[in-house]
Amino acid sequence: MDVGKILIDGLRAAVGVPAAAFAVSAVGLNLQFGYTGLLNFGHVGSMLLGAYGLAITVDLGGPMWLGVVAGIGAAVLFGLALGYPTLRLRADFLAITTIAASEILRLVFRSEFARPLTGGVFGIQSFADGFFALNPYPDGVYGLGTFRFDERQLWVMTLGWLLVGLGLAATRRLVYSPWGRTLKAVREDEDATASLGKNVFLIKLQSLMLGGAIGALGGMVLAIDQQNVNPDFFQPIVTFYVYTIVIMGGAATITGPVIGAVLFWFLFEAMDGFVGAAVELGWLGPWFDSTDVGPIRFAVFGLGLMLLMIFRPQGILGSREELMIDAR
Amino acid sequence: MPADFAADTAPGSTKPDAVLTVDGVFRKFGGLRAVDVAHLEVQRGTITSLIGPNGAGKTTLFNLLTGFDKPDGGEWHLDGGTLVGIASYQVARRGMVRTFQLTKSLARLTVLENVLLGAPDQPGERLSRALFGGWAAKEATNTEKAFSLLDQFGLTDKRDDYAGSLSGGQRKLLEMARALMVDPAVIMLDEPMAGVNPALTQDLLHHVKALRDEQGKTVVFIEHDMDVVMDISDWVVCLAEGAVISEGPPEHVSTDERVIDAYLGSTHGDHA
Amino acid sequence: MWALALIGFTLLGPALPALADGELIKGVHEVRDGDERTPVGGVGVDVFVGEEEVGSATSADDGTWSVPVPGSGTYRVVLDVGSLPDGVAPTDPERTELDNVDVRSGQEKVVRFQLGPGRVVESDPWARAGNLFIVGLRFGSIIALSAIGLSMIYGVTGLVNFAHGELITLGAVITWWFNALLGWHLLLAAIPGVLAVAAFGGAQERWLWLPLRRRRSGTVALIVVSIGLSFLIRYGVVLVPFGGIPQSYRQYAIQEPWRFLGLEATPKTVAIIAASIVILGLVGLALQRSRTGMAMRAVSDNPDLARSSGIDVDRVILWTWIFGAGLAALGGVFFGISEGVEWQMGFRLLLMVFVAVVLGGLGSPYGAMLGGLLIGVLVEMSTLWLSVEFKNVIALGAMIVMLLFRPQGLLGQRERVG
Repeated sequence: MDVGKILIDGLRAAVGVPAAAFAVSAVGLNLQFGYTGLLNFGHVGSMLLGAYGLAITVDLGGPMWLGVVAGIGAAVLFGLALGYPTLRLRADFLAITTIAASEILRLVFRSEFARPLTGGVFGIQSFADGFFALNPYPDGVYGLGTFRFDERQLWVMTLGWLLVGLGLAATRRLVYSPWGRTLKAVREDEDATASLGKNVFLIKLQSLMLGGAIGALGGMVLAIDQQNVNPDFFQPIVTFYVYTIVIMGGAATITGPVIGAVLFWFLFEAMDGFVGAAVELGWLGPWFDSTDVGPIRFAVFGLGLMLLMIFRPQGILGSREELMIDAR
Repeated sequence: MPADFAADTAPGSTKPDAVLTVDGVFRKFGGLRAVDVAHLEVQRGTITSLIGPNGAGKTTLFNLLTGFDKPDGGEWHLDGGTLVGIASYQVARRGMVRTFQLTKSLARLTVLENVLLGAPDQPGERLSRALFGGWAAKEATNTEKAFSLLDQFGLTDKRDDYAGSLSGGQRKLLEMARALMVDPAVIMLDEPMAGVNPALTQDLLHHVKALRDEQGKTVVFIEHDMDVVMDISDWVVCLAEGAVISEGPPEHVSTDERVIDAYLGSTHGDHA
Repeated sequence: MWALALIGFTLLGPALPALADGELIKGVHEVRDGDERTPVGGVGVDVFVGEEEVGSATSADDGTWSVPVPGSGTYRVVLDVGSLPDGVAPTDPERTELDNVDVRSGQEKVVRFQLGPGRVVESDPWARAGNLFIVGLRFGSIIALSAIGLSMIYGVTGLVNFAHGELITLGAVITWWFNALLGWHLLLAAIPGVLAVAAFGGAQERWLWLPLRRRRSGTVALIVVSIGLSFLIRYGVVLVPFGGIPQSYRQYAIQEPWRFLGLEATPKTVAIIAASIVILGLVGLALQRSRTGMAMRAVSDNPDLARSSGIDVDRVILWTWIFGAGLAALGGVFFGISEGVEWQMGFRLLLMVFVAVVLGGLGSPYGAMLGGLLIGVLVEMSTLWLSVEFKNVIALGAMIVMLLFRPQGLLGQRERVG
């Protein structure tokens, strides 16, 4: 087992496109879940709409900027459509509705009747040529040993981490504003917030829609990187990757999404490498073969999410005290 | 005690300057009429206490009047304007703010943030303004007002602590300060003394009186402790099985047969 | 080109193993008559993506056929009915065309057309509606059985258990192990299947949820834990040992339908509906009459009041978990009988279960029953007018409409505030 290579693969993922894209997406979820306390279990739906909004627009001959607008617009409308019926109700209703809606969105996008627009199960490819045409990095491979990126990856990483930076700046500005104060108040107690004359429903709706727009941007970064959108990438489990990222990094902290994304992708890739190697070497016994590596990583992910929520709900770096006064 | 009180002590009597009037408001749970108030008026600038045995519908009435629950019928007016079908946050904006029996302090906001949240018309609470600025001046004046309220309620030292770290009594004080930040005409307190240690009770009573005497507010409050009721109320309304069975000055209600029957007839165990 | 892109995606992609080659769809054409199997040669199969044919095959003399496909994805596999020899007909005329055949990367997907002696029945619209109603009733009873537990656990603990779907899957899969691997008759194999899941439900409550409630973990934390648990079970406990290939039980896989007044239903469909109705009735009776059932309703209505009136709330919650999990497992077995056993079946059904409990009223067991039956019939009947692919959309639409106009559901109670 090449431990060095496995760790470097982990590091590569931790600074690479997946970490950046998921960090962007997590900034959105952090606003919804961390600051407002909304249980949006359909975040992957916003990511899907962002990615497809861009891909479909370009596929139909539109410019990329219009695709970005379309993707964000679609995600905002998705938030509105789900939030309007559920946000006056108990938190669980939002969770149930959103997880169902995001999965149905995926099924609709991969269905036969949507194929003329979405490409069905084959998805849409090569819609980000305009973006790569602007690539300032000269052709080549950058880095050392196996820790390297080509000019295309580097360009997408630049976009991704730039968006992360913008997202963090926006989060900072928002959560320290009176509007951000109302978000946190809603998270703590909706009735008390309403009793002080704040329109709780509107605040939640705004948070859901804004977080969805940011989630759409994350989906776009992933799509641009692959030059491919495929409905089967946008499974419900992706939403829970983002939850794990937000919780690991520390919900309702400004830098949480970044810390979480870097940690998550490092652990996820490294674990994948270890499990793969262990199965290959037969350390797990004769019962497992290489087709089990995928399922095992998701099972370990599930276990990890449980343990994280039970033992360190405040995040890897968070302080216990702040959480102890939490009444939720 | 303010001057002219209505001499009429029949349930549903009219008052000289009613700020809140309730007509035929009722709410059913299952087949039971939890609240069924034919007519009730609350006089401006007074402290009115709402008493009654457990399950008499006091909190439900509060919920209905402040938009936290919807009645099955009836109407009610604040300063002449109807509140039927008005959302809870709108009721607060129109000048009637309530507190809760189980304090709802916003645990992971600081004490100062809790109070600042009460400020009305902060433009920075709009998403666009929050992003692009233009709320700092208002926030500065609000903060000044919040400081003076915190000072008044003895919470200045705690202002940067999380509200979740306060004691039960301090939370009650915080909730009152926060409600005052809204600058309401009517303030409705749901058992402000419940679960507060006796030393703080006097302090709280003093604050409730000050709301009337110094700020000219109308106070409606639910209270179980008859000593407290007798001490500070200008007017007492007794509910039983959802309906007003008696009202009048404290000394009148405390000797009213119907009130005594209601309390004895109920299987109430706590006067907490 | 897109195959390359797909490999790129597997770096991130859930459920997509890293290698992608050699996908094919295959099967055996054989006539089953009781336990007798006769291979049928010369029968054509066409594979489509949308309207585009991507491959076709004709069965060999031993009945086998296989069609290589370009990659993972969803295919439409169509039986060439015209090529069937005389005296051989599809036992289910609705299933000569399989719309959603999912092929995973590297998978050799097995597809089976059910052939039997007989002739194709052309059904008129009314008979079609009637048949869909029957299928809907079957689907609805499965949803209803599975939904009771979710709704009651919510009622007594306030937890929306996102790992409930896994109880459904486990019931079907454990039963399959006893049935196919140990050779027990299905009806016998269902007993350890249901009991094991009921015990697992109780164990979960005792060693996971009860300690977490004691620690005063919030609802949000509990929901997230249930999600982690669902992934752990779905992938670790089911997918690794069971594998990704759908299986069916040894008994009742193929049946000749009964025909009556132009309607038709397989005996297993009728049996599932009848058994479900009896079980739903017994559950209702138990809730109304038995001490534990009444205690469950009391805890559901008001846990504090129940506790203060001397009910052992923790014990009631434990029994709710045991019964709820057992019912979900039974729903899983019925689901497995009607549509095959597959590692994701519980999650797929969970979405319908959510819709059912919202329609009926979250927390109300009777609501879950009613909601389940309604949604089952609704989505099946919707295929009279709409593509099968709209089924889920219809269900979600029904849920959203209900939330807009009557959020407490059909049988739920308006919530008290304050």
